Amino acid sequence: MANYKDIIAGCKDKKGGIIQAFHALQDEFNYVPQEALEEAARVFGVSEAQAYGVATFYSYLSVEKRGKYIIRMCESAPCHVAGADQVIKAVEDYLGIKVGETTADGKFTIELTECVGQCQATPVITINSEPVFNVSAEKIPEILAACN
Amino acid sequence: MEVDWDKRKGWYVMAEEKRVLLEHADKINPEKAEDYIKVGGYKGLEKARKMNSKDLIEEVKKSGLRGRGGAGFNAGMKWSFVPPAEVKYVVCNLDEGEPGTYKDRIICEKNAQALLEGMAICGTAIGSQKGYIYCRGEYPFVVDLLRNAIASAKESGVLEDFDIEVRMGAGAYVCGEETALIESIEGHRGEPRFKPPFPGVEGLWGVPTVVNNVETFACLPYILTNGAEWFAGLGAAKYPGTKVLTLTGDIENPTYFEVPTDYLLKDVIYKLGGGIKNGKKFKAVQVGGTSGAFIPEQNLDTPIDFDSMGTIGAALGSGAVFVMDETRDIVDIVTRISKFFEHESCGKCNPCREGTFRCREIMEKINAGRGTEKDIDNLLLLAKVMKKAALCGLGQAAPIPITSTIEHFGHEYRRKLLQYA
Repeated sequence: MANYKDIIAGCKDKKGGIIQAFHALQDEFNYVPQEALEEAARVFGVSEAQAYGVATFYSYLSVEKRGKYIIRMCESAPCHVAGADQVIKAVEDYLGIKVGETTADGKFTIELTECVGQCQATPVITINSEPVFNVSAEKIPEILAACN
Repeated sequence: MEVDWDKRKGWYVMAEEKRVLLEHADKINPEKAEDYIKVGGYKGLEKARKMNSKDLIEEVKKSGLRGRGGAGFNAGMKWSFVPPAEVKYVVCNLDEGEPGTYKDRIICEKNAQALLEGMAICGTAIGSQKGYIYCRGEYPFVVDLLRNAIASAKESGVLEDFDIEVRMGAGAYVCGEETALIESIEGHRGEPRFKPPFPGVEGLWGVPTVVNNVETFACLPYILTNGAEWFAGLGAAKYPGTKVLTLTGDIENPTYFEVPTDYLLKDVIYKLGGGIKNGKKFKAVQVGGTSGAFIPEQNLDTPIDFDSMGTIGAALGSGAVFVMDETRDIVDIVTRISKFFEHESCGKCNPCREGTFRCREIMEKINAGRGTEKDIDNLLLLAKVMKKAALCGLGQAAPIPITSTIEHFGHEYRRKLLQYA
């Protein structure tokens, strides 16, 4: 596992780049660990409270540990009318967890999201930000089984 | 009329599109500057560099180009407000978060170099050597594409001393508001600033900054290459040019189109869109994203341009066209939309933070069959307060789906009210 200090140092030359550092940390850990958040605050010259304020403002950043695969269900209006409710229920049933939770084996986290900009093929879920098009409750087991 | 075989969906559509930004879509590699140069790219920038700043801004003003992000402000006019300063920035808003919108993604995926050229033209006009593209966190693949496109443009030398850096957002709709976007680039929570001062005077890191939408920048190369008069003559007189629209919902052909701005809304739905899915009847269309008004059938005979949409109480906004068929439950959809705004409100100002919360609460109550006429009155009053008192466009526009549906689809609300149950 890469060192969080190196990851943050890689972004330090970007003015105001704390959000970019959080992205880089999430690419490695899927969340922003506490010690990395403290280090980022120090490197970018802001208080820990401010860094925490930034990390918790944005939906795509998390200070809580998340699974290897983050499944996001879009629930904006175009996906809503295309049956997002049934899809999210199928995801919850298949994984045996609710939205916001992570499976016991640390493999999957379910999150809700607003529009991901792929409205030509609703409803849409994303798996670690990769969109999956025209999903349905029936297709969910196959889609999730392919995550290894 | 010419009829084209539409490869995307495999059926015939009328060739009524007017492709300017997307003329070479799928025929050139958007990452490669050479591909773009072969089809006439970077000629506009070359021309811009030979003009003095005042003439260049005048040319853009004369073209009538207005902001494509939703506010519709004259682009050249915006640039003309930038005062002299040592450091200035050009910022591209690629934070398209309006549900149902993906036109900026399409423009990048089909013609990214035109965006880069447009930003460099803006840099030439205002005297800036540095541009930022703020790309929404939902599009990491677009960030990669743009970084490759910038590297290619840099390598070919066309950008000269103009640098462009891509920054990625992290899932906050409010960052589409230009001052919130600036806050986010600076590494802060994406909360809008008080205006004035406007970004043109005091923007990114306190210096003059021009913030424009992807589509606005991408128009510039064509304006410079073909001349302001050519652009001014395209589409609607007061909002000239083309507009990239994205069709979603109950429509046969849910894809993107580029049309002249005087194109009629009914033709968007019935000609390009192929009509309502599965032979059903039309109920409503919401244009401009989730903050747009719901438009009933009797208003479909309206051109899509900014001002014409305004006359029917709607807005062109981002160019999203969300179509709903006769079976859709308007109150349920608006309830979902009210949840969106509650979630996306940044919390900085009270009218929006509390207002979006109460809108959602009352909408859920009505949607669950527990509402009364008093709730509708309260929604309308709350909407008035939010429109007048919210700090930014998010809170001001959040009640529009509610008020427009109470106006045009009031019967759908009333049939869910307690006293009529």
